[in-house]
Amino acid sequence: MTGTLAAVGAGLAVIGAGIGIGQIGGKAMEAIARQPEAVGDIRTNMLIAAALVEGAALATIVLAFFA
Amino acid sequence: MKGLARFFLILVTALSVTILYGQEDHSGHSHTHGAEVHAQLDSNGLSGDARTSESAEPKKFNPSPLVMGHIGDAHEFHIWGPIALPLPCITYETGLGLSFFLSSAFHHGTTTYNGFVLDHGVMRKVINFPTRDAVDLEVIHTDEENHPHYIHTEEIKDAAGKITEHKTIQYQGQAYNLEASSKIFSASSWIDFSITKNVFTMFLATFLLFFIFFSMKRFYAKNEGKAPTGLANFMEPFFEFMRDEVIKPSIGPKWEKYMGLIMSLFFFILVCNLMGLIPFFPGSGNVMGNISVTIVLALITFLVVNLSGNKHYWQHIFWMPNVPVPIKILFIPIELAGLFIKPFTLLIRLFANITAGHTIILSLVSLIFIFGDVGKNVGGATIGAVVATLFVAFMNLLELLVAFLQAFIFALLSSLYIGAAVEEHHHEESHH
Repeated sequence: MTGTLAAVGAGLAVIGAGIGIGQIGGKAMEAIARQPEAVGDIRTNMLIAAALVEGAALATIVLAFFA
Repeated sequence: MKGLARFFLILVTALSVTILYGQEDHSGHSHTHGAEVHAQLDSNGLSGDARTSESAEPKKFNPSPLVMGHIGDAHEFHIWGPIALPLPCITYETGLGLSFFLSSAFHHGTTTYNGFVLDHGVMRKVINFPTRDAVDLEVIHTDEENHPHYIHTEEIKDAAGKITEHKTIQYQGQAYNLEASSKIFSASSWIDFSITKNVFTMFLATFLLFFIFFSMKRFYAKNEGKAPTGLANFMEPFFEFMRDEVIKPSIGPKWEKYMGLIMSLFFFILVCNLMGLIPFFPGSGNVMGNISVTIVLALITFLVVNLSGNKHYWQHIFWMPNVPVPIKILFIPIELAGLFIKPFTLLIRLFANITAGHTIILSLVSLIFIFGDVGKNVGGATIGAVVATLFVAFMNLLELLVAFLQAFIFALLSSLYIGAAVEEHHHEESHH
């Protein structure tokens, strides 16, 4: 990593991912509370959505490291 | 159950303590990494006289080279203190062809061999070295603990602020530069086919998987129709979960054709991740934290997805049905980019998650040396050790979750992408 600007970029990416994954987790909890019998499906879809958000954030962080 | 949980907690804490002990060993006794830190602090982009004036100042611990050294690949398998398992080095140089030798030919980095040197376990080529014989290197400088240094590291900052490392060795009073290590982003004059630490770990993981699954196969062939016991009993839930919850629903009716691939991906990533969490000999290879490995895994997924893509898959990329023509044209570049972004995020996710985990654990271990002022402050080091043990134990548990989760996510997303490629056409209402 060169300089502090790349670190700021990585930090911004983490804020975005944090909000995104927080939303996903929170909504999944609400959904499970509403329909406990669908917990398996909800968990799988929650993980997929979280992985997609995380993928975007990690790509940014890695690019910030290499840039 | 409670007993199991307690046993597990003790095991993880014990592993953490092992990591810490290994680190103490490094900085105190065998001068591998502590020494590197000193060498880099000595030469932190400063000129000769600036360096001499700086050496009077108290030195601070810089964890970055230690972390980078441990998450990187190596040409020898460091076991304990001065003991390292030599690994076969296979090099290809243009004009000279292939050479085979063991990394013990370097005598722990004190001699050259074939015009190569071993720098903290990593093989590097010496530029324009006059001889290919094994010759002793000259000591460039000794640190305050009287450890000899054969390779001088200097960090040079260019106009753009980018730091590059320049390494030199000395032979017959003359300095020779070392070529940068062969990496995916930097080409070198030679090609490295060595069985490195990561390759060794991958072979070990493969043999382990072969052993597990062939003994399972033998068991099922012998005890047909009976409930499984032992290893088969342990592995069956993983296998059934992957088949029934991941592969069947994600891929659809053609799941059987792709089950071998997805299972191989899942179990290979899982075993490599778990072996990376063991901090001593057969483990500790950071396989999935090596971007070349994840690139190849993602490339396999990419090829399988696109080679098995049917008419509807390609139609959705190049001429999206049931949308107006301008939108169809707009979608072409987006879908084409998506074709490559999907495997790219797949490889980056796995690489970054595993690297991040190892980096956090090593940074926590570095707390000991930061608090302990590189061995000067024993009280601080003790506090650091207590804090680090607790945090490393916690991080190990989290890493255990991540090891499973990342293997699962890679397999799940691969099967979803394959599922999208082989999906049969149905009515538009059912499309999402």
